[in-house]
Amino acid sequence: MSSSLARTRLLVLAVPLALGTLGLAARVVDLETVGRPRLLAQARLRETRQLVLPAHRGMIVDRFGTPLAVSTLVEDLCADPRVLIHRPGEWPELARLAGWSLPALAQAVRTQRAYAFMYLRRGMDPFHAREIIARGLPGVFLVPQFRRYYPEGAAAAQVVGYTTIGDRGEGGLELAYNRVLAGRSGRLEVVVNGLGQSASAVRLVRRPRPGHSLVSSLDMRLQYVAYAALRKEIRLEHAQAGSVVVVDPHTGEVLAMSTVPSFNPNTRSDYIPARMRARAATDMFEPGSVFKPFTIAAALASGRYTPGSVVNTGQGLLSVGGYIIRDDAAWGRINLTTLLEKSSNVGASLVALSLPRRYLWRAYNAFGFGRLTGSGFPGESPGLLHVWTHWSMSMHASISYGYGVAVTLLQLARGYAALANHGVLLPLTFVRRPRPPSGRAIVPPRVAHELCRMLTSVVSPEGTGFLAQIPGYEVAGKTGTSYIVRDGRYDRHDYSSVFVGLAPVPHPRLVVAVVVEGTGKRQYFGGLVAAPIFKRVMEEALRILGVPPDRPSAVRLASVVWRQGSTA
Amino acid sequence: MNVSPSASRALEGRPSFHRLLRSLGLDPLLLALLVLVSAAGLVVLYTAGDGAGSLVLRQAVRLFLGFGVLVAVAQVPVGYYRFVAPWFYALTIVLLVLVFFVGERTLGAVRWINFGVVRVQPGEIAQLALPLLLVWLLSSTPDPPRGGRLLAAAGLIALPAGLIALEPDLGTAVLVVAIGLVVLFLAGLSWRWIAAGVLGLLASAPVAWRFMHHYQRERILVFLHPSRDPLGAGYHIIQSQIAIGSGGLLGGGWMHGSQAYLNFLPEQTTDFIFAVLAEEFGLLGTLVMILLYLAIVFRILWLAQRASDRFSRLLGASIAALIFLYAFVNMAMVSGLLPVVGEPLPFVSFGGSSIVTLLAGCGAVMGLDARRSHLDHHL
Repeated sequence: MSSSLARTRLLVLAVPLALGTLGLAARVVDLETVGRPRLLAQARLRETRQLVLPAHRGMIVDRFGTPLAVSTLVEDLCADPRVLIHRPGEWPELARLAGWSLPALAQAVRTQRAYAFMYLRRGMDPFHAREIIARGLPGVFLVPQFRRYYPEGAAAAQVVGYTTIGDRGEGGLELAYNRVLAGRSGRLEVVVNGLGQSASAVRLVRRPRPGHSLVSSLDMRLQYVAYAALRKEIRLEHAQAGSVVVVDPHTGEVLAMSTVPSFNPNTRSDYIPARMRARAATDMFEPGSVFKPFTIAAALASGRYTPGSVVNTGQGLLSVGGYIIRDDAAWGRINLTTLLEKSSNVGASLVALSLPRRYLWRAYNAFGFGRLTGSGFPGESPGLLHVWTHWSMSMHASISYGYGVAVTLLQLARGYAALANHGVLLPLTFVRRPRPPSGRAIVPPRVAHELCRMLTSVVSPEGTGFLAQIPGYEVAGKTGTSYIVRDGRYDRHDYSSVFVGLAPVPHPRLVVAVVVEGTGKRQYFGGLVAAPIFKRVMEEALRILGVPPDRPSAVRLASVVWRQGSTA
Repeated sequence: MNVSPSASRALEGRPSFHRLLRSLGLDPLLLALLVLVSAAGLVVLYTAGDGAGSLVLRQAVRLFLGFGVLVAVAQVPVGYYRFVAPWFYALTIVLLVLVFFVGERTLGAVRWINFGVVRVQPGEIAQLALPLLLVWLLSSTPDPPRGGRLLAAAGLIALPAGLIALEPDLGTAVLVVAIGLVVLFLAGLSWRWIAAGVLGLLASAPVAWRFMHHYQRERILVFLHPSRDPLGAGYHIIQSQIAIGSGGLLGGGWMHGSQAYLNFLPEQTTDFIFAVLAEEFGLLGTLVMILLYLAIVFRILWLAQRASDRFSRLLGASIAALIFLYAFVNMAMVSGLLPVVGEPLPFVSFGGSSIVTLLAGCGAVMGLDARRSHLDHHL
């Protein structure tokens, strides 16, 4: 009886056992058949990961191929803190390899323990980085990156621009031509293990497409000359800042655009906004007397004036609309050439007042003032030229000698380039341009030639720009000085000194524009501060470009220079 | 050893190896099944341990030791168990108490005692010691357990289970209680008591919930909704199911389970080794494994039911139930049918205590069976 009871119980026990096994088998069958597609997809999700393969960013080179911005491959050493947190035994080695202190690493891992990603060290050289990875520390991996280098450093920093750490253009040409340079990143599918290490590459989802190189219009030789001359003079004069623009008047190409103070684009700690501005493009200022040639050009083009036309400046005082306009001296009756040579504000005002506002405004606007230069440079300012209907009587007069109007150095260079280019205005460009685009004739070629000729007298021993003279070459140019506007008012102790010129006349090859801001009280006249910079830059540039000297009085000296230039 | 004429007649014509096993009191079929499962376990362990031979070697040594214990236990006569059972139980209780003082703390629980040469998990030993003692207690009389004896049995179950639950190792504690109840059931516990017990269990569930550790509650909640915490408590369940599902019909092949190979599977050499098997050998492999366990369990049950004495029958059935519980709970946990309780897969998971315990149990069953035929003939 009892024995049979126990046997019965034993058989009863067999029932749940069999049922349990059946249930288990059913479950396994379900997982491996019905559930398989879903679970397999989940497995793929966990095992594979898409890595971004950065595309090689194109180079920026100057017009002769000198590299201005290049990308090299570096590796970012990264880690998965979720894995590291469980392996404190490996922290000392990791800290040593990545250049951390152990407490700092421990702290970083602990605070980021919930995250899947942290940087251990960025921008490592690939050789060293792969050595670390070869140690097989779990949770540690590499992410390839391209790092941007700027071989020319500070000399071309603002114009070339800079990129973000993520290799995106953020300033200068890097930004303006980001789409050309950037290319398209690729995708690589890799198998990763449970520790977050990539085990093997599976397939290339998308091949990275490298960016294109950009051949800029810059001539690094001129760029450097401009930068060096500017920096030297600004140190000497204790000025705040300055810019130089060199333009080829016949193509509209910007050959150099230098700004001081500059920064080292290879060091992120040096990224100080005030130094990173390409001031020649972004900053507008009142040009002062360098604006007068455009007034005179308008006068000549009107047909009512010739270079020999005489205006009476009297005692050098003129009252217009309640303001008094002054000259530095009483020049009396002077012709337009002398007006430019002596830089008479009264003379320019009288000429301007004799012309309709609408006509003058259209002339200034035609020279590109109040408009962008077409260079596409990021952050470029269009300047400020009020519409003639808003001109007061005093503005009508003051704009003629460069007050009441704001311009950028690029605009000034472009306007003078039009004078040097037979009166044809070209859009500026920072990209090499084998053939000039069709420009717009603003003034008749005759007027442009006359004006160039007239401007040579400014650089004569009697003119305000005598310091801009270059032995062997005929130089035309104009000085300018203006108060710097601060908080809407003129700062009577702070000046901008400007000089814009072209050479050699009568067939100008280059236009060089110089502005020095904040020259202080001592030497503020454009002729004394900006003209020597112009002279240095133009002289070197003509020599570098091998432009033969044409001034007979200096044939002996010039032949030497010419020979040097042609062999260079 | 005194071999009976009928027994020796039965052995005639059989190979000598078979005869040797018989003479050692071993059941050739059960032994073959056990060796098969263990060998399969070693094969899977090789991948689960990232192809580390040392792991397999250590496991092989344990298996060797376990089979040695099996052979030794098979030599023990029935009377000896009755003498040993209380002492074995007492020793287990001592170890379970000792664990709190000299135990090794791993992952917040104290489950191990390190004796220098071997690390022992007393909770695993209790799973053999408890049924042995209960069987000893309940087989002394043919009457079903009731009154004082039932109370005593309940106390004997509660003591080790309580100690284990305190470690804390709720999974093992539940298994210990379960195996105790199975012994009571086999001993003929009246259905009234069984019904009362089931109702009581259901009624006490909310109370038990209150006394659970946070992680234990979390395990149960996550079992019901794995996506509740996919990277934490749900991770095990999700990953093991993914691994099983990746296996398909025939599996990825040995050393080709990517989830296991890429270390996505947690505890893949111990509690979750079944998932590795499933991923590598697919549905076929898992079903064969399940069938092997079923065969072992039913072979033991068969040996138990043909035993002539109540003690052997009860002990055999208890051990069959024990092995089944282990295997079923583990595989059900890995395939997401039960909450994660952290019990090893018998004979396969890396770890010694369970292997030696269970093989010793099998040895006992074999020994008792061998002596049955011996006794039968003389009575």
